[in-house]
Amino acid sequence: MSGESTKKDKVISKRIDRFFMGLESAYLFVKRFFKEVWFPPYEFKEVIRQCYQIGYNSLPLISLTGFIVGVVFTNQSRPSLAEFGATSWLPALISIAVIRAMGPLVTALIAAGKVGSSIGAEIGSMKVTEQIDAMEVSATNPFKFLVVSRVLASTFMIPILVLYTDFVALLGAFVNVHANEMTSLSTFFVQVFDALSFLDITSSLVKSVIFGFTIGIVGCYKGYNSTKGTEGVGKAANSAVVMAMFLIFIEELLSLQVTNFFRQL
Amino acid sequence: MIESVVQARNLVKSFDDLHVLRGVDLDLFRGENLVVLGKSGSGKSVLIKIMVGLLTQDEGSVKVLGQEVKDLNSKQLNELRLKIGFSFQASALYDSMTVRENLEFPLVRNVKNLSKQEKDKMVEEVLDSVGLLQTINQMPSELSGGQRKRIGIARTLILQPEIMLYDEPTAGLDPITCMDINNLINQVNEKYKTTSIIITHDLTCAKVTGDRVAVLLDGTFGASGKFEEVFENAEDGRIKSFYDYNFIKQ
Repeated sequence: MSGESTKKDKVISKRIDRFFMGLESAYLFVKRFFKEVWFPPYEFKEVIRQCYQIGYNSLPLISLTGFIVGVVFTNQSRPSLAEFGATSWLPALISIAVIRAMGPLVTALIAAGKVGSSIGAEIGSMKVTEQIDAMEVSATNPFKFLVVSRVLASTFMIPILVLYTDFVALLGAFVNVHANEMTSLSTFFVQVFDALSFLDITSSLVKSVIFGFTIGIVGCYKGYNSTKGTEGVGKAANSAVVMAMFLIFIEELLSLQVTNFFRQL
Repeated sequence: MIESVVQARNLVKSFDDLHVLRGVDLDLFRGENLVVLGKSGSGKSVLIKIMVGLLTQDEGSVKVLGQEVKDLNSKQLNELRLKIGFSFQASALYDSMTVRENLEFPLVRNVKNLSKQEKDKMVEEVLDSVGLLQTINQMPSELSGGQRKRIGIARTLILQPEIMLYDEPTAGLDPITCMDINNLINQVNEKYKTTSIIITHDLTCAKVTGDRVAVLLDGTFGASGKFEEVFENAEDGRIKSFYDYNFIKQ
């Protein structure tokens, strides 16, 4: 009996050890990023290539999702407002919901799935096929070339994608509002911008920067630390998505608290 | 007296409970091709990875071109690495780049003020020396295993290293391609005046390319010398069985 409990204790203690070692290694990885990002050589070409991969290649998916979000959210909100005879408030309601939360969140979750998994899988497969070692022995800093460039690109591109998603979602909402309430484009957008404050836009952008950084750094961390073999590459891609999504929700919650604090000032 | 370019003394390396190297001593002399033989998992690759600083030994010393590898800072280590070419077992070509970009990669990062013409000339020259100039715009996924090995060797040669480290250069290749790679190793040695360590478990490769062979057994060198000296009069059963197995295989 006591033997069994000792075994269980050992398993639990090993898990706790692994958890804290994982935290330490993630901390060191992030610290290394902030250390290396400032010093030359700067991999501008690679950053631009990654910006293209992350930004341009995500456009079709983001456009479709953003548009659908706008249409569906408008449709779902109408009955509640109609009960009070307040359908004219739809543009304001939608603009606040899209700009404050849905735009950044939807974009970040889609990017976590698309960009995070591809970064995790790409770096993971480079690791297991010794391509990262090959860079190192050819006197190139693989961290700078692979990690810094990708994290910078995702930090820079996600806010741009968020702005784009916001616009497309509002366009989707307009199509729906116009079809039902015959509201003109100019009236719709006047109501949209009237409802927004400077804090809404800045908090949305700051949040997007944090989401972008999270997606990039988690994808790179999981790929860079993937274990040997193809199974490890799959795991790296999968855990990059899961971890990034989890962190995005936590960051969303925290940013809400911070924004509310500033709103009350 | 011939200069020793790599000198390892009492090298010890373990991975958790697995003791891979248990006090390895090695001297590599300028201009020679040293073949390190051993079974899979005997620590051959670990040995050369320590030499380029990809792994760090637990105990002992490794001096490459007179410098103690583990004492070098990252800048000094990179300077040393420019003098060492490392050909990986699976070639390690960058999948997302063409053959030209793969070869340019170490060049643009380590040689300053190169014009496009000079860069192109160097890439074409080194590709020509491995006989694969026609693949210059192809992606690694479009190449055969033997071609990938050759391009991998070409990529290391572009910086004109003094020392070449080949990790299983003939692994996974058919006998004819193996022979081509063996000949290429000898040509590289002659043309670029390199000093090489060839890690393999292929005795044909060892015989064709090696000036000297050393057999890694249980974490130390069990025998070393010319191929014939080591194998033809071998008394150690493990070395004998290694030779017999390769002989039967052939």
